Amino acid sequence: MRYALFLGCTAPVRALNYEKAARGVASRLGIELHDINDFGCCGFPVKSVNREAALLMAARNLALAEEQGIDVCALCSSCTGTLAEANRTLCADPALLERINVLLRKTSGLEYQGHVRIRHFVRLLYEEIGPGRLRRSVRVDLSGLRLAAHYGCHYLKPGEAHDHFDDPENPTSLDQLIEATGAQSIPYEGRELCCGGGILAADEHTALELPRLKLARVAESGADALVIVCPFCDIMYELQQRRIEKLFDTRFNLPVLFYPQLLGVALGLSADEVGLPLNRVKSRTLMGLPSGGEA
Amino acid sequence: MDTNAETLDPSLCARIASEPGGENIWRCFGCGTCTASCPVREITARYNPRRIIHMARLGLHQVLSADFVWLCSTCYTCQERCPQDVRITDLMHAIKNVAVAEGFMPPSFRQQIALLAAHGRLYDITMLENERRNEQGLPEITESPADIARILGAAGLESPGASEAKGEA
Repeated sequence: MRYALFLGCTAPVRALNYEKAARGVASRLGIELHDINDFGCCGFPVKSVNREAALLMAARNLALAEEQGIDVCALCSSCTGTLAEANRTLCADPALLERINVLLRKTSGLEYQGHVRIRHFVRLLYEEIGPGRLRRSVRVDLSGLRLAAHYGCHYLKPGEAHDHFDDPENPTSLDQLIEATGAQSIPYEGRELCCGGGILAADEHTALELPRLKLARVAESGADALVIVCPFCDIMYELQQRRIEKLFDTRFNLPVLFYPQLLGVALGLSADEVGLPLNRVKSRTLMGLPSGGEA
Repeated sequence: MDTNAETLDPSLCARIASEPGGENIWRCFGCGTCTASCPVREITARYNPRRIIHMARLGLHQVLSADFVWLCSTCYTCQERCPQDVRITDLMHAIKNVAVAEGFMPPSFRQQIALLAAHGRLYDITMLENERRNEQGLPEITESPADIARILGAAGLESPGASEAKGEA
């Protein structure tokens, strides 16, 4: 199993813990991740202002992967959605693909034929490894943990961009992945809430109301941590958490974990190997667990 | 809201409908599932997808010039639930594309385009970033922004701020 790892803009700068855990978990599970340095922005930020620029930027990345003859997995849900949707659009419309290729040859000396498949790294874990095999690989007992799953928006929607691999209205794949580690995935109100990342630049106060609502509901549920799969959700729920607490005069102190961090700990990677010291809101429960090697 | 018939723009809806993603705007029958499902609408009355669609169909030019259409968080909840397959998130993208073509672009997007033109990504990779990555055992990244700047230019997104953004970091 070999995939090009699409880091995107946010993860390699703002979520080194996520990237580190993903690489660690992949290596444990026999997934080979290949780096393509020239990958740039996926195109998501320009979708709103100029669709053609967004398609070109996506096609540029797809063409770079195609040159190497490998499929892509991405850490960011918005990158996944943007690349997958562009791929679908271009493959369904040969005239559009040709128009994009004419420009892409000129700007980048590249050409895209439509032979690359894009999936989110966590979806890959779900589909290619599967909860059953993950459960059998667990080496550390996490049965005491109660976790709240946050799918986020672009991990599942629009459904057709992600081949409807899970039900966007009532998803279960991340819950299954959490339970595969031995931890409990608990129900809570507002599972479907958007992190608000998409409007942070447009209207910060409105944007921060969304994670405030989510954090409040997760805190009410008594969860030990929120489990996420996107670096932009992390910006909203973790990096902005102190600011939200200050702005709205409240206190959550809710740890936020990337799913690969949780899985890594369960598989026996050390806290450092999954980047836990980099998490802003410390999870004492997880940090205190012995790594699999010591257990 | 200015609803003076003389200021209505009769071709507005057709312009939006001819933009990819905007094709299904005529299918809306105004049920309001979008607005009832919208997480941003729950926070602020300024963003209301049903109202925006209705305004666009009437030809109210504020749809392009006001800032509310930029409050769509692109969560796709309305798009998944719309019984008429209006593809509302795509439609909002189409409206924003038309707004930009007609000269309305929020400053935050100008900034993002300048960053992309200068670095090929939203966050630049400084030496400090690569040092931090090294400490964590992660591979270094070298920026390759030149052809991304050309892509933005080819699509008509000129970026006069590119050189300034380079100095920011």
